[in-house]
Amino acid sequence: MSFLPLADVEINNETQPFWDALHNNTLLLPHCTSCTSVVWYPRAHCPVCFSTELQWEEMSGRGTIYSYSIVAKGNGRWKESGPYVVAYVELAEGPRILTNIVGVAPSEVHINMPVHAVFDTGDDGRVLLRFTAAS
Amino acid sequence: MSVRGKAFIAGAYEHPLRTIPNRTVQQVHAEVAAGALADAGLSFSDVDAYFCAGDAPGFGALSMAEYLGLQLTHIDNTETGGSSYLLHVQHAAEAIAAGHCHVALITLAGLPRSSGAGIGGAGRFGSAPEVSFENFFGLSIVAGYAMAARRHMYEFGTTSEQLAEIKVAAASHAQHNPNAFLQNAVTVEEVLQSKMVADPLHMLDCCVVTDGGGALVVVSPEVARKLSRQSVPVLGTGFAAKHVNNGRIDLTHTGAVVSGPRAFAEAGLSPRDIRYASIYDSFTITVLATLEDLGFCEKGKGGEFVSNGALQAPFGKLPFNTDGGGLCNNHPSNRGGITKVIEAVRQLRNEAHPAVQVPNCQFALAHGTGGNLATRMGSATLILGQEV
Repeated sequence: MSFLPLADVEINNETQPFWDALHNNTLLLPHCTSCTSVVWYPRAHCPVCFSTELQWEEMSGRGTIYSYSIVAKGNGRWKESGPYVVAYVELAEGPRILTNIVGVAPSEVHINMPVHAVFDTGDDGRVLLRFTAAS
Repeated sequence: MSVRGKAFIAGAYEHPLRTIPNRTVQQVHAEVAAGALADAGLSFSDVDAYFCAGDAPGFGALSMAEYLGLQLTHIDNTETGGSSYLLHVQHAAEAIAAGHCHVALITLAGLPRSSGAGIGGAGRFGSAPEVSFENFFGLSIVAGYAMAARRHMYEFGTTSEQLAEIKVAAASHAQHNPNAFLQNAVTVEEVLQSKMVADPLHMLDCCVVTDGGGALVVVSPEVARKLSRQSVPVLGTGFAAKHVNNGRIDLTHTGAVVSGPRAFAEAGLSPRDIRYASIYDSFTITVLATLEDLGFCEKGKGGEFVSNGALQAPFGKLPFNTDGGGLCNNHPSNRGGITKVIEAVRQLRNEAHPAVQVPNCQFALAHGTGGNLATRMGSATLILGQEV
């Protein structure tokens, strides 16, 4: 895992498959069978065409950095994390999602940088989806 | 239904203090309410509509209505962060035009400085559906705006020096405001040398954290006519809610793209008619993106626009935030939207500080931004005038 804090996420019936998949090192997102949109964040309906006919689909885990910031000092549990990178990553499948860039020096991070998913898992079983530089 | 000319801002009051120990939040709401009513020449017993947002303690607006002792036929606790109070003016104008009320009171107050809150506050919203996807990862309020700034730099070549010019203009105005939290002029170099908070935003790209508040009184034309105080007509209103749009985020545009044209259309005016603009300035990037989206300059050219002294009062092309804005003067409750309207009213009444009073200020614009820039935000635009 990275050195960054994990989180007590709120898991509900709409999002349970997403979190279960992360534990299996897989990124699943709902895919609308009506308009073909990939839905971000996971929910029980498609916010583009309002269909409720969704299917969970595996994503490639590949993407590029859309934007980022190097946070000098975080708040709360992030206070001792040192400078860290918060970013929006554009998945190959379309959605731009909030995440951290880990395993790479903050000064190396740049917009359009290719990245891939890291399933950041703690000893306590908590997991977050982060990204690192694509090799 | 257009509200053009159907409601007037008759009272406006900003709390003079920036640190207020040993007072409750509701007490500061009551103080600013009394101030705005006195400014209008009205009293609490004249109020028949009350508006507040998430900074007001209690059950919607009902707790504050009871605390203040108001007898109401209309109530509204619309919450859109820092844009709430500008949207409240729109809603008050609509309610007055519909005959639901005649004297609407709007209040904002908060004590983040005394309670030790940081810039932007906590930024967490309990069980909101996005909370487990968009609120972790150490995303501070500053970092969210920083990512918008970074993307703007990437797409349009905007520089940190250009963003700093916005702070420089605000600080030059704040020198003339004896109540401003920061009253010193600053240089571009001082902004760039201030501590980096969330790259590329420095400490001096960020608004101040202050206790305080403000209030407005919006009245019907019939009430306005009876008052001796100069009332300011509401000429145009516009609002837009912008969100991440199913993950297809566009970080360089704000909801002002929608709210601005709606307000201008209602007022029958265009950006070149505006003599003074209060632009919500939680961060320097907030101002830059908003100026572009309201049409004061071409999209992507905001950096160039602000570098040529356009924002400097009284003679710049578009004098802005002549009270010093949220960047220097006041950002009460980490959401100082109401102060944007208050300074626009001062300008239209010719009551801004003489050093920054815009001559012949016939039309003014006030714009509020709430939430996270370009991702989950409310944008509210008001156009006000000296007369209908």
